[in-house]
Amino acid sequence: MYSSNEIIETINMISQQHLDVRTITLGISLFDCITDSKQRTCDKIYDKIMSKAKNLVKIGNDISSELGVPIVNKRISITPVSLISAASKGHLEIIRTLDKIADETGVDFLGGYSALVHKAMTPYEKEFLLSIPEALSTTNKICSSVNVATSKAGINMDAVALMGKIVKECAYLTRDKDSLACAKLVVFANAVEDNPFMAGAFLGAGEDDTVVNVGVSGPGVVKTALEKCHGDLTEVAECIKQTAFKITRVGQLVAKEASKRLDASFGIVDLSLAPTPVIGDSVAHILEEIGLESVGAYGTTACLAMLNDAVKKGGIMACSNVGGLSGAFIPVSEDAGMIKATEIGALNLEKLEAMTAVCSVGLDMIAIPGDTTADVISGIIADEIAIGVVNTKTTAVRVIPVYGKKAGDTAEFGGLLGRAPIMNINKYSPAKFIGRGGRIPAPLHSNKN
Amino acid sequence: MKAIVSVIGKDKKGIIAKVSNALYEMSINIEDISQTIMQDYFTMIMAVDIAECPLKFDAIAKQLSILGNENRLEIHIQLQSIFDSMHKIDTGKKEI
Repeated sequence: MYSSNEIIETINMISQQHLDVRTITLGISLFDCITDSKQRTCDKIYDKIMSKAKNLVKIGNDISSELGVPIVNKRISITPVSLISAASKGHLEIIRTLDKIADETGVDFLGGYSALVHKAMTPYEKEFLLSIPEALSTTNKICSSVNVATSKAGINMDAVALMGKIVKECAYLTRDKDSLACAKLVVFANAVEDNPFMAGAFLGAGEDDTVVNVGVSGPGVVKTALEKCHGDLTEVAECIKQTAFKITRVGQLVAKEASKRLDASFGIVDLSLAPTPVIGDSVAHILEEIGLESVGAYGTTACLAMLNDAVKKGGIMACSNVGGLSGAFIPVSEDAGMIKATEIGALNLEKLEAMTAVCSVGLDMIAIPGDTTADVISGIIADEIAIGVVNTKTTAVRVIPVYGKKAGDTAEFGGLLGRAPIMNINKYSPAKFIGRGGRIPAPLHSNKN
Repeated sequence: MKAIVSVIGKDKKGIIAKVSNALYEMSINIEDISQTIMQDYFTMIMAVDIAECPLKFDAIAKQLSILGNENRLEIHIQLQSIFDSMHKIDTGKKEI
């Protein structure tokens, strides 16, 4: 039997501190759907995903009810579509098929309209990348990601230059919705193959046929635990570790149960602390609880480094397979504390860039002025990607140049995507650098300094 | 299947009677009870076995929630496995 305190602790974590499982993401391999006919490829994709995922939402809801833990999103991730459609060149048809599947299964998001071009782009892959704006502006639930660099291959600067233009095009095509399409597009360095989080989820080539990956959440739980911790930073780190352990155990339990019921293999639990715009569910507020007047103050990077490391240490012991992005997320529009810090001028793009060197995953959900040029966006991408490549970690960029709006205005995305104050950015041009193209060679992995 | 029923609310007469009666009517066996008063709040934890209950889990949860609302109590039912997971290190042998 448990003590009353233990039971009450669990119930309070769920009912008052927003402990939830952010997502059950069912990864589905589409390699067996490749044909040289557009129609047959689409038919096979439809049949495969529907047969594996038709009960995903129901099973997620059942587990949620039995354990008393909210499971906020049920999602599907698939093999990068550029690999599946290369033989038939049927990517435009596949967009329609995926949109239909997302509606019929009732999932929240479907990720994997993706391409891996970290060393070079084939002519077809370039054609595929140019279709991303259409894919994201004519669908609601499809997400796209592009891996433009790895620590082993270097940075494909041709792809970085192209992605700046694609981000602008996405922004323009959804100009009536505050350029929402950009919120569904991530540019990666060192993308992981088992990420359950959107918009960057896809199922890598080294994965099983169907895999359950689970993302936990719970910034509010960590903050509440820290409110009672008055010790030094060693004690703070210990407190975060113990809390992360409990949060992750819930993720492990849900992942095991979901994989059993979906007849899929248990992939990983992603330990990320993922905020939502709801008050009391903020990563920024954890950093402020540790002792910053506002996130963005000097000391922020150090606090975040400790938080990120302690979350991993607690989580890894709690779970048999850890993967995905696993760290603290800092999406500006999805975090009440980050939004406030931006509005009062405490947090800027440069500080956010520094923060991404010590946590997952990158410049995330940052709204910038609509008149930002494609070259400047490529410059932002190149900087962030370089941090990932040199530090052998995943980094990503999800910026939204909000069409028709300027610094100081606010973009509204709604739901989990939240709202973002538009940040002022450096306007000096990197056009010549971006225009050179080519590849930045892979960095040296020894003699680190 | 083992589950934990937790009842939290202002202390008053008949709480145990009402909750245990509701469980009895759903053929749910109570295996253990502990209760305490924490900060003026009555807190009761019941370990129960729902194997013989003909209702689905969400129907049980709904019945208890209705009973809770009628009596201004918070009543939750959750499978035991979530508490095992969070508060015990070794849960390898236990399944839902």
